[in-house]
Amino acid sequence: MRLILHVWRQKSPNDEGRMVRYETNHADPHMSFLEMLDVLNEQLISKGEEPIAFDHDCREGICGSCGFMINGKAHGGHPGTTVCQLHMRHFKDGDELYLEPWRAKAFPVVKDLVVDRSAFDRIIAAGGFISVRTGSAPDGNAILVPKEAAERAMDAAQCIGCGACVASCPNASASLFVGAKIAHLGSLPQGKPEQEIRAMRMVAQMNEELFGTCTNLGECEATCPKHIPLEVIARMNRDYLMASWKHR
Amino acid sequence: MTPTTEASTLLQSRIPSGPIETAWDRARFEMKLVNPANKRKYSIIVVGTGLAGGSAAATLGELGYQVKCFCFQDSPRRAHSIAAQGGINAAKNYQNDGDSVYRLFYDTVKGGDFRAREANVYRLAQISLNIIDQCVAQGVPFAREYGGVLDNRSFGGAQVSRTFYARGQTGQQLLLGAYQALERQIGLGQVKMFPRTEMLDLIVIDGRARGIVTRNLMTGRVEIHLADAVVLGTGGYGNVFYLSTNAKGSNCTAIWRAYKRGALFGNPCFTQIHPTCIPVSGDYQSKLTLMSESLRNDGRIWVPRRKGDTRPPNQIPEEERDYYLEERYPSFGNLVPRDVASRAAKAVCDEGRGVGPHGLGVYLDFSDAIRRLGEKTIRERYGNLFEMYELITGDNPYQVPMRIYPAIHYTMGGLWVDYHLMSTIPGLFVIGEANFSDHGANRLGASALMQGLADGYFILPYTIGDYLANAKLAKVSEDHPACKEAAGAVQERVKKLLSIRGKRTVDSFHRELGRILWDECGMARNAQGLRRALAKIPELREEFWSNVNVLGGNEELNQSLEKAGRVADFFELAELMCLDALERDESCGGHFREEHQTPEGEAQRDDERFCFVSAWQYTGEGKQPVLHREPLEFRYVKPSQRSYK
Repeated sequence: MRLILHVWRQKSPNDEGRMVRYETNHADPHMSFLEMLDVLNEQLISKGEEPIAFDHDCREGICGSCGFMINGKAHGGHPGTTVCQLHMRHFKDGDELYLEPWRAKAFPVVKDLVVDRSAFDRIIAAGGFISVRTGSAPDGNAILVPKEAAERAMDAAQCIGCGACVASCPNASASLFVGAKIAHLGSLPQGKPEQEIRAMRMVAQMNEELFGTCTNLGECEATCPKHIPLEVIARMNRDYLMASWKHR
Repeated sequence: MTPTTEASTLLQSRIPSGPIETAWDRARFEMKLVNPANKRKYSIIVVGTGLAGGSAAATLGELGYQVKCFCFQDSPRRAHSIAAQGGINAAKNYQNDGDSVYRLFYDTVKGGDFRAREANVYRLAQISLNIIDQCVAQGVPFAREYGGVLDNRSFGGAQVSRTFYARGQTGQQLLLGAYQALERQIGLGQVKMFPRTEMLDLIVIDGRARGIVTRNLMTGRVEIHLADAVVLGTGGYGNVFYLSTNAKGSNCTAIWRAYKRGALFGNPCFTQIHPTCIPVSGDYQSKLTLMSESLRNDGRIWVPRRKGDTRPPNQIPEEERDYYLEERYPSFGNLVPRDVASRAAKAVCDEGRGVGPHGLGVYLDFSDAIRRLGEKTIRERYGNLFEMYELITGDNPYQVPMRIYPAIHYTMGGLWVDYHLMSTIPGLFVIGEANFSDHGANRLGASALMQGLADGYFILPYTIGDYLANAKLAKVSEDHPACKEAAGAVQERVKKLLSIRGKRTVDSFHRELGRILWDECGMARNAQGLRRALAKIPELREEFWSNVNVLGGNEELNQSLEKAGRVADFFELAELMCLDALERDESCGGHFREEHQTPEGEAQRDDERFCFVSAWQYTGEGKQPVLHREPLEFRYVKPSQRSYK
């Protein structure tokens, strides 16, 4: 397969950056997208050009490291697929592809397709947890959780923190990410005691990190590789509203 | 070298004497405690944020120590524990099917083919109970039954259902639990987190581990971090094979640096080949993807009876299919331990009965289970795994059988530690997959998560307190010659790698090394092949140091440079693995020496000569390492020929 790639190259956070055109004849329909980039990088290195930097680690769609825009779509826009799981059989010979890093004020570019997502960690540190000291837990079956609640919690807990929701949102909102954690912990009896304080703190931190506001466009849900449903945002808003009312 | 079972005085295992059931209680009672008000005066470095490192850092922070925590990924949530799929074992006996702490202990010792320490394994089985409680309280969304109680599934090497799970993403959910606990401590200021920072050396002062040298991966800055103790939770070294189920960044550098500073390396040749991975599709392949062992609960493994049968699977009638695991091991069937299942798959493929384009694959077939239970139930149990399989292969496993083949997955070997999880360097603790401790020569499924969390939440926080309370530690500063020497060596090495500018990429060397190791020190090994590898690896390593091409500079994010440093260490480790495999002139668990097999082709141990842990000591560049032996004593589970028939 022959491909024409236009890739965002930016040497460092302060560098201006630009799109650079590459051609490769070595793509194979069985490769993953990142393997196609590996092969391109090997070619670049043998020509004495610096390889394209991109984040990746597990390459099976669970660590959340990878992610960039392909033709304006986060992770390439295939349902339930991170870019490491995207295979070249979805592309045609001669395709022209534009690769860009996540674009959001809260995710500054580090190099090429690599961005800094540490804002997500700070949001979790602000309240995305259940405070339980090691060793203080009761027997596992002492806390009964209805199957439906466990399933609902799991649906939200699947978030991999990749940032595709932010990248695809015209407002660069992190609401799907924050809502997912609030819905995961809030759906379980263990998470109830801190439900309100959690919403207050996480939302405050989200705002501080310069993420935009949610205007219910739904791009995040459409692009999320783990199918996190939009209703988690409703849950976040409800918890936040209740909490702000009570803690006025 | 002729192996004997003489004990080495260097290896003080500190296993408590007396009955095993109360050993851990007694050990804990005998430990000195650090007064709560004094804990903040001690600083601890934790490297790695997987289940072991993450849970340790969170717990130590919670106890009041000053913790500095490091990971090479952009966030502690990305550690490779996140990719574990199937589940975590615990002897809760919630299923009322005859499980107990003793049975989990027994299964694990037997599963490890009698090459693990009994006392460690017993403690692990005991603590398994606390882990489930802890994780539930943290909000890990384990699978539930309709009544709201926890659900279980079965895993290989056991005849009880003791595996707790969160769909096919158990590792992810447990890791997020530990990560959230860690972030909480970061928010409280108890832990200082250093992401995108790689440990490149260990600082040893007056014989004790006192710090590490790191490189900031964004700026290239080399820094010295000092502390009262150092904890490594840096995972396994499966990526030495290039193709493995490990994440691309997983590496041996932290433990290898510690080895070169004097920590002994235990059982380096004990590597685990996982039987159910998606087969290789081409030369460009960058990693292998695991399909959880839990699939063997409902999937049936088979190959055609006839050699070279290329008919599509649905056209091969029942009587022409060989369900070889069910036939050979009627009592465990498809749920035999991983090493046994992997070897059996290799054997049928070697006979020319493998399936798929390269003949390196066997079927894992769900059609019976779908007929029996309905597609909906199968989707509930394994939906995300089936999706993942389809994304990668383009085949729909609800309609056609999966094709699977064994791949490197886990390393039982690692730095040698005593019962307190301390290495032979005082003050250096090693936890999780990075140590050698609990799995012997073969790890059972769903036991890695258990060990990582047991070490990090429940063992290390006690034992490290005992160390700190007893050690009279002098104040050290960055001006100490040991710091300067270590930091200088790191800088020199970076400079050297960037100055070679040869003709080959880092990956091309890594692939070649991986091929040598897979061929000669993989699923089956023999003396001749190992000697071949021991000749080839140093040659390739020499070429690497004169012909590798690492572009770019130091003061920037430079992924090629990171890789180059890791591959350089893999070269040295690969040699030690082959040496260890050659010395261990027996078969046990995942270490299958072709010269030693039973008439049925099972691994044949030699307890007379090899009932010990091999611990290797570094003696200097280009010198042969020295082998020390820790004899293993079995007082409870009598070593026998493992049988899963």
